[in-house]
Amino acid sequence: MANRPAGTLYRGKVGMWSWVLHRITGVAIFFFLLVHVLDTALIRIDPAGYDAVMATYKTWYIGLGETGLVAAILFHALNGVRIILIDFWRKGAKFQNVMFWVVIGLAILLFAGFAPRHLINVFSHI
Amino acid sequence: MSVIIESPRSRKRSGFNLEKYGWMYMRLSGVLLIILIFGHLFANLMVGDGIHAINFAFVAGKWADPFWQVWDVTMLVLALIHGTNGMRTLVNDYAEREWIRRTLVWLLWITCVTLIVVGILALTTFDPCGDQASLDLLAKDGANVAALCAAH
Ligand code: HEM
Repeated sequence: MANRPAGTLYRGKVGMWSWVLHRITGVAIFFFLLVHVLDTALIRIDPAGYDAVMATYKTWYIGLGETGLVAAILFHALNGVRIILIDFWRKGAKFQNVMFWVVIGLAILLFAGFAPRHLINVFSHI
Repeated sequence: MSVIIESPRSRKRSGFNLEKYGWMYMRLSGVLLIILIFGHLFANLMVGDGIHAINFAFVAGKWADPFWQVWDVTMLVLALIHGTNGMRTLVNDYAEREWIRRTLVWLLWITCVTLIVVGILALTTFDPCGDQASLDLLAKDGANVAALCAAH
């Protein structure tokens, strides 16, 4: 674009998108946690019911959903460290951009360690 | 002549600042949650048969061990308060009417406290060897019932 605004330090850049992702993943994890506490607590009042709910966790579609959930947790957790470093490390703000890509790189690495193992567990039993 | 800026331009606030402690809590709990959640995911999804091994007997086995009891309760409390306080930030950002904002924030904390109480009660009063149906289910799930019930 010819007359693109010179831009800001923030809008449309890594700073903004990391914030958007952090927020979306935080909300997703929160709602999962609400359900997860309840489905786990079910074990206290209805053990057979608990096994029935866990059977749905073993289906391929929840298995895929859980893979996505772990991806969200990986990003949120690692980007959380980035936020903490920006706040407390003297050079944090200077390196926030690089740190974002380190977060993405580490998240992909850890996800590559997790996903095959989990997906094999899921798909070898259906 | 140089411009004289009156000092102090803003007084240092003294006393208890709840927002500041909330801000610090998000960071402190975040660091602890990395260990707790990653350890939780590893123990439940990566080891052995992963998701496929999780059932009544699996949880009975974990909660026979004080180590996992403390782990799970700590994670429950830290994560729910962290998530709830994070959601409070979103409500403060997006709710346009004051009464809606206040109602949502109240709902968030009520949900948070309720789930913490439910979660702690479920774990602390859990007795997988209390009745015959549970014992049968343990056996069906493939647990070593005698050893497990001796530990509980
Ligand atoms: C795994 C370790 C985690 C780390 C390191 C972490 C770190 C953080 C940090 C540093 C913030 C920013 C707080 C602020 O700006 O004042 C945050 C926000 C948030 N977190 Fe977490 N968190 C973790 C786990 C969780 C979990 C388990 C949940 C859900 C239950 C969650 C939900 C949220 C939400 C909803 C926000 C608010 C997002 C926003 O204000 O845009 N986080 N987290």
